[in-house]
Amino acid sequence: MLYREAGQFKTTYVADQQIFPILQDRMFVLAVIVAAFLAVPMFASPYLYTEILIPFLILSMAAIGLNILVGYCGQVSLGTGGFMAVGAYAAYNLWLRVPEVNNLIVVFLFGGVMAAAVGILFGIPSLRIKGFYLAVATLASQFFLDWLFARVKWLTNYTPSGSVAVGKLEVFGWHIDTPADRYLLILGLVVVATLVAKNLVRGHIGRSWMAIRDMDIAAEIIGFRPLRTKLTAFAVSSFFIGVSGAMWAFLRLGAWEPLAFDINRSFQILFMVIIGGLGSLLGSFLGAAFIVLMPILLNQLPGWFGIRMSTALLSHLEFMVFGAMIVFFLIVEPHGLARLWAVAKEKLRLWPFPH
Amino acid sequence: MLGAFLETLIGGLLTGVLYSLVALGFVLIFKASGVFNFAQGAMVLFAALTIARLSGEIDNKEVHLANFVVAAAILGVAVALIGWYAWREYVARGAGPDERRKMQMLAAVGALVGGIAAYSYGKGAWPIWLAIAATAAIMGLLAYAIERLVLRHLVNQEGIILFMATLGIANFLDGFGQTLWGSDIYKINLGLPKDPLFLFENVFPGGLLVDPGELVAAGIAAGLVVVLAIFFQKTRVGRALRAVADDHAAAQSVGIPLNTIWLIVWTVSGLVALAAGLIWGAKLGVQFSISLIALKALPVLILGGFTSVPGAIVGGLIIGAGEKLSEVFLAPVLVKAFDLAGGGIENWFAYMLALVFLLFRPQGLFGERIIERV
Repeated sequence: MLYREAGQFKTTYVADQQIFPILQDRMFVLAVIVAAFLAVPMFASPYLYTEILIPFLILSMAAIGLNILVGYCGQVSLGTGGFMAVGAYAAYNLWLRVPEVNNLIVVFLFGGVMAAAVGILFGIPSLRIKGFYLAVATLASQFFLDWLFARVKWLTNYTPSGSVAVGKLEVFGWHIDTPADRYLLILGLVVVATLVAKNLVRGHIGRSWMAIRDMDIAAEIIGFRPLRTKLTAFAVSSFFIGVSGAMWAFLRLGAWEPLAFDINRSFQILFMVIIGGLGSLLGSFLGAAFIVLMPILLNQLPGWFGIRMSTALLSHLEFMVFGAMIVFFLIVEPHGLARLWAVAKEKLRLWPFPH
Repeated sequence: MLGAFLETLIGGLLTGVLYSLVALGFVLIFKASGVFNFAQGAMVLFAALTIARLSGEIDNKEVHLANFVVAAAILGVAVALIGWYAWREYVARGAGPDERRKMQMLAAVGALVGGIAAYSYGKGAWPIWLAIAATAAIMGLLAYAIERLVLRHLVNQEGIILFMATLGIANFLDGFGQTLWGSDIYKINLGLPKDPLFLFENVFPGGLLVDPGELVAAGIAAGLVVVLAIFFQKTRVGRALRAVADDHAAAQSVGIPLNTIWLIVWTVSGLVALAAGLIWGAKLGVQFSISLIALKALPVLILGGFTSVPGAIVGGLIIGAGEKLSEVFLAPVLVKAFDLAGGGIENWFAYMLALVFLLFRPQGLFGERIIERV
């Protein structure tokens, strides 16, 4: 009843090409953003920030990056963790070695740019290799980058086992100390990144990615250059992933070692993309929320029912339930949570008169 | 120098045989159902854990007696089913309609026999052959469960969705195995000879050092490959499997039941996983890290081609040898040149090797040629 576009006439091209052409959608998104910026800081506890909101936002950004590559351009990548590590360590080295650059945003962007460069390098094989061969080939980047940061001493400033730490963070003179500061900074960056990503995927470049995804030979014939298209997808995707890696390291962990970006991280983010929905930015957020919240819920659940278990058993059970949930969700809705959302919206348009 | 080189080469080749075994499991499933089965490593872990715990002493802290009883029951049912199938095929073709009844009775009797066996071997500690048999039955049951609960519902989905589902299965199996059997490091005692063997002592000073256990393992693997080749080329079921691999729809339309084929394929690769777990566990002990050898088998897979059994074998040997040689001879050079904190390049060297190779031959060593049409 409320959600209906009847009577909303578009009289200009600008109005027709808005991101959210329906008024109710615009209001809803605006309300969510305002609530995230203003309402959340009023009641959120440090636990909510550090364990739920911050991981959720940062990993959403990584998921958006991976979704650009897998969902929009159709190139399956299992090297996400490696690219996050590139972002994190590149940002760390700039922050450490050039003290004049103390603006975190510049540091993060540098991390993203370095990750994009590495992404282009490892994207080159995608021109020859396709499908699962490519997926396995991207594992090469994961293992190589893992090794690189564990062994090349200069990159980790000669610390043992490659563990590094950062302190005293600031953006334009704003000192980032409390969880709330971190949250607001991350939120701002993620909102901007999402806007950029949205405009990329609905523009010329995004359409060329989708053409390559749907059928690369046909795309080549109608005039998209596969080399440029695939490499831009790798670059943009790695840029987002690199920035999120830098944020994860600086704002979530503070002190980290290469293990923070191992292969499990890659799979985690791929799970987010698949569960959320391939080729959907909203799906990236939903998937990230699901994957971040699920282990926390599973951890708390036995406590709520008063069941006591050893931590080892609990972690094994968590593995089991997590695996089963993944399979269950894939069976119920292979197109992800974003599809469920779309179906719900469709239902809502007709409600309460479905005929 | 040559002696050291040959020693490393042989060691690498023997490890490579194990990679081939795991890769073989991948290939079987990919060929028959197009599923990129990431759970193969988890299946290896699960099989190894089951064998290790069934053949080890029972301790009430982690493993309940019920596990042994259930394992024995599964074994019993499996034996009964096989017996019933053989009886139906060869003795009583076209018998009456009360076969279902007979099957149930046979299964019950088998379960009873299994249960009695479990109790008669009181404190766990089954003989290794019985443990292996029981594990084989359990892997069969697992294959059935996967086919029934997961694959059947995901027919006609895209490859990546199926891949993700197997990741879920891998997670589940990792947790399930460790919940049932505990998560310490366990031993599998196959009674393999442990003393190192020296070969060609008159050719090289000091001879070549070879671990006889690895030789036996390589022998088992080679035997398994021969058996699989015969199974694929010479039996009815093998022919059906190849038909399905060639063209699902055509195979189905000439009357090959896809679901049964998938069940068989998953069982076979479960058995391959069992062999891999057995050898690996006997060599290094059973622990969680076993499930990571799936990652070692992946470069083998892209090198050899996803659909090629000989590719998996040859690729495994190349990767095994390349990995060890690079670690021994290339890593020190790199460490010196770039001032690294230790070598450890074997983790990525295999991938790089495969990647560079793929740039020149995208379908792998023996993969089918990729022909693209619009």
